[in-house]
Amino acid sequence: MNKVLVITSGKGGVGKTTTTAALGAALALAGKKVAVVDFDVGLRNLDLVMGAERRVVFDLINVVQGIAKLSQALIRDKRIETLWLLPASQTRDKDALTEAGVAHVIKELRSKFDWVICDSPAGIERGATLAMRFADAAVIVTNPEVSSVRDSDRIIGLLDSKTELAERGQRVEKHILITRYDAQRAARGEMLNIEDVLEILSIPLLGIIPESQEVLRASNIGSPVTVSSATSAPGRAYLHAARRLCGEDLPMTILSDRKGLFDRLFGRRAA
Amino acid sequence: MSMFNLFRRRGSGPVARDRLEILLAHERAAVRSQSDLLAILREQLLEVVAKHVMVEHDNVVVRMDRGATVSILEIDIEIPTPARTAMPVGKRDTSAAMVHSRLAQSTPQRVQGVA
Repeated sequence: MNKVLVITSGKGGVGKTTTTAALGAALALAGKKVAVVDFDVGLRNLDLVMGAERRVVFDLINVVQGIAKLSQALIRDKRIETLWLLPASQTRDKDALTEAGVAHVIKELRSKFDWVICDSPAGIERGATLAMRFADAAVIVTNPEVSSVRDSDRIIGLLDSKTELAERGQRVEKHILITRYDAQRAARGEMLNIEDVLEILSIPLLGIIPESQEVLRASNIGSPVTVSSATSAPGRAYLHAARRLCGEDLPMTILSDRKGLFDRLFGRRAA
Repeated sequence: MSMFNLFRRRGSGPVARDRLEILLAHERAAVRSQSDLLAILREQLLEVVAKHVMVEHDNVVVRMDRGATVSILEIDIEIPTPARTAMPVGKRDTSAAMVHSRLAQSTPQRVQGVA
């Protein structure tokens, strides 16, 4: 079944774009046909994180305005055949994104792809509401930190009221993805713990992505972390999350790259 | 700094720097001149072609590659051969002419620091 998924959060800097790229690539690696769509008009970055920034010709607004066909604007990923990117416009003004126009583009994408993943901009303005407007499912990216949890709660409210499904009396399928989780700080009681976050938001958990330098490395080289370091802790955590999105029931574990002092001194020989 | 860092792979920071430098050189040039030369060329080339032949949007493929020293704009236009009247149905000539233009533009001076 073809699905439109929005990656959203309210708060900026929590990892929406990283998550869009990582989950998009993970689903495509599993053989699904995937389109990732950047809704951050004026401040696009999904192209950069995916390593396609040099190849952008047309963008979402060009398609909405009929200047380009969808097929002309979609950029095929160089590593994964079934992964495509629809970039946001960098220069034009946000009002060019109309609801009717977005509806049309999403409908066409839905007919051609197994997964359409919309990368929402931060905030609750037009770009964010349009990114979630036609979604069947949502991943709410949350850091275990008070302001992020509060903003996630706000976004959950919008998903339950301002989406097309909500207006028809149906529900958007919602998942929480905890990112930048630091197990050591959590153990010292310096972070909100996951049970507390889930209890406050009362939404099922899709995955826990540990804080890792591999995420930064992935964006530096312009490759989703599920491609550039599939065996790293965040890579595996995202791959698991993608499988859960497809309905698999996997045990939830907190993965870690971090080695103890003993491991550091003796490396693999100690294992 | 631990001695074990010596054996770690080289950092990805320099790759990030190079990618950003190229991207920002193009974006800043586009902001300064209010428009992107490659985008203007793309639009005008398509207009000229449209003046002479009916071209289906679907038969136009535009590719760009913005590089450090040179950028490439590639436009592939498939132009259907006018159908010959005497041609029996089913044996219609479906061969198409191709206009393939490949333009290269040298990239604006790399930006050093903040202008």
